[in-house]
Amino acid sequence: MHNATASVIETPAYVLSRLQKMLLYAAFATALFALLLLLMSVVQGYYDGAILLASVILFVANYLCLSTVTIHWRNAVVKGLASTLAALLIYYQLDSNLAENLRLADSVNNTGGGAGFNGTAIAGFWLVVLSAWLTAWLCVEHLSSIETLSRIKNGVLSLVIPLLFGVWLLLLWEFITRGAGVPQVLLPSPSAIAERFSNSIPTLVADFKQTFLKAVLIGYAIGCSAGFIVAVLIDRSPFLQRGLLPIGNLVSALPIVGIAPIMVMWFGFDWPSKAAVVVVMTFFPMLVNTVAGLSAASSMQHDLMKTYASNYWQTLFKMRLPEALPFIFNALKINSTLALIGAIVAEFFGTPIVGMGFRISTEVGRMNVDMVWAEIAVAAVAGSLFYALLSGIERMLTFWHPSMRN
Amino acid sequence: MTTEESSQTGKVIEIDDLSLTFETSDGPVYALSDINLSIEQGDFVSLIGPSGCGKTTLLRVIADLEAATKGTISVNGVTPEQARMQRAYGYVFQAAALYPWRTIAKNVALPLEIMGIGSAERKRRVQQNLELVNLGGFEKKYPWQLSGGMQQRASIARALAVEPDLLLMDEPFGALDEIVRDHLNEQLLSLWAKTNKTVVFVTHSIPEAVYLSSRIVVMSPRPGKIHDVIESHLPKQRSLDIRETPEFLALANRVRDGLRAGHSYDEPEL
Repeated sequence: MHNATASVIETPAYVLSRLQKMLLYAAFATALFALLLLLMSVVQGYYDGAILLASVILFVANYLCLSTVTIHWRNAVVKGLASTLAALLIYYQLDSNLAENLRLADSVNNTGGGAGFNGTAIAGFWLVVLSAWLTAWLCVEHLSSIETLSRIKNGVLSLVIPLLFGVWLLLLWEFITRGAGVPQVLLPSPSAIAERFSNSIPTLVADFKQTFLKAVLIGYAIGCSAGFIVAVLIDRSPFLQRGLLPIGNLVSALPIVGIAPIMVMWFGFDWPSKAAVVVVMTFFPMLVNTVAGLSAASSMQHDLMKTYASNYWQTLFKMRLPEALPFIFNALKINSTLALIGAIVAEFFGTPIVGMGFRISTEVGRMNVDMVWAEIAVAAVAGSLFYALLSGIERMLTFWHPSMRN
Repeated sequence: MTTEESSQTGKVIEIDDLSLTFETSDGPVYALSDINLSIEQGDFVSLIGPSGCGKTTLLRVIADLEAATKGTISVNGVTPEQARMQRAYGYVFQAAALYPWRTIAKNVALPLEIMGIGSAERKRRVQQNLELVNLGGFEKKYPWQLSGGMQQRASIARALAVEPDLLLMDEPFGALDEIVRDHLNEQLLSLWAKTNKTVVFVTHSIPEAVYLSSRIVVMSPRPGKIHDVIESHLPKQRSLDIRETPEFLALANRVRDGLRAGHSYDEPEL
């Protein structure tokens, strides 16, 4: 038996990477420094419990992990919990101080920093935020370096990591906008946006129906299918290939949103004119991509079909369209983004008093920037889900393509 | 049926004074010049020659993938185009050319789907031909999950599934390593001995040509023409050991001499 050598080989040393070490030291150092600053403010007679507690938690958590040099999922859990707890406490501090202790924000806002919170508290606040953020970053770092063969664990990880990352981006946004007192018109805090969002759900739903369900989806469906059909026709006719395709390439390079006012003239104020813009925007990418996809089959594959005495339609359905699928899905994905942009921007040029683009353009005029952000959030979520749906279907249908194989 | 008529007369392919010239921007390229050849039912004919001698082009003319510019050619007593429309031959290309979105079984079934053959018969032929090339059990695999040799075997099964009397093979084992190639050569030979199919086989390997063929057509380049036709009287059932026998070596030497004579200059004249 070769147990000795085997055991040497079987114990892989998941030593902390350089970045992880640097993050760990930085998180620890900032927590320590924040703790000292806050203790000083206690000595000076000011007591800020929540932030002090947050810095203690971060300090202890980072100290516990400081001695271990190997990565373990427990490390990630400790750091994740510590940073979340710290974030909650900082948030609580922001919220409870908002009415009475606006000093956090006001000191920066009114006097340009220094006064109000004795300066030390503000520095302490930022240090705790920084330390909590570094700790959270380290948690994500640990999580992403976990290598597991289990599919379920991998699935959970691939969901948890971006979620944690996203949540922390939002938290930082919240802390910075509120802690530094950034004016609402420049950048509202996520909590303000969320509040506005929950208060205006009927409006948002109506806008979503008008813009996404009507203009985007209908325009997208018509534009993509028309582009596809014309591509197949072009492919059969050398005249169209030489005449229409160069024009198609030219038009697809134009900023097509510019035609929105014209479409309003032609199709009226309501959603059909927006759908028309989307049709024009999505038509040419689909056309150009499908034409490219239809010529993707190699000459050997064409010869093969010829030796079977295959007719045009058999060759089209059994060889050329499957071969063109990756190109077609490329166009579908590009178009999902283009359609949303087209429909929203088209509404800037005349619309009934509903729609995401309409809401954005009017609310920004009324300085209700939080409503603009709420609409942007709806558009982002809808656009991402649409794109994810298309990617999912693509993965199912073009599993055979080298870029999709595992 | 023309197929039956020609099998009675025994002539599968008749080529008379055939020439093919490609017009290119650099002027005409004489790919084939004055080819005369007749191939009978049950022949295994190898076309051998250096690259550019037109051996693949000749095979493509038989398959109606290229059209001759002069002369006549008949396949099964009709024009190559008619023969192609009747699905008179199976063609194996240099690469397997399997469709990655179809399983191996579905790839083999492809020509049968195009021919409109019913699903039960399709299933039977797919099964039978996959077993013939030793790919039983790989029906549900995708081509990219198989090795190059297995892919090429699948493409041979696909050509055989059409159940043609004539098999046209264009350097089918050219991209494979020596051991796989020997193995597939043996399998092809036993298949030919069993079924009495006519095979036209393009290669640039002398041992391969001599081992497989009942007749070896030596071609020379610029312009592509037939230099020599060598009859082989090796027994129809041969093992790989036959390559050590004096008869085999004599044939190989004759082919080598023919190739050298057709290639009498050291540098190509431009």
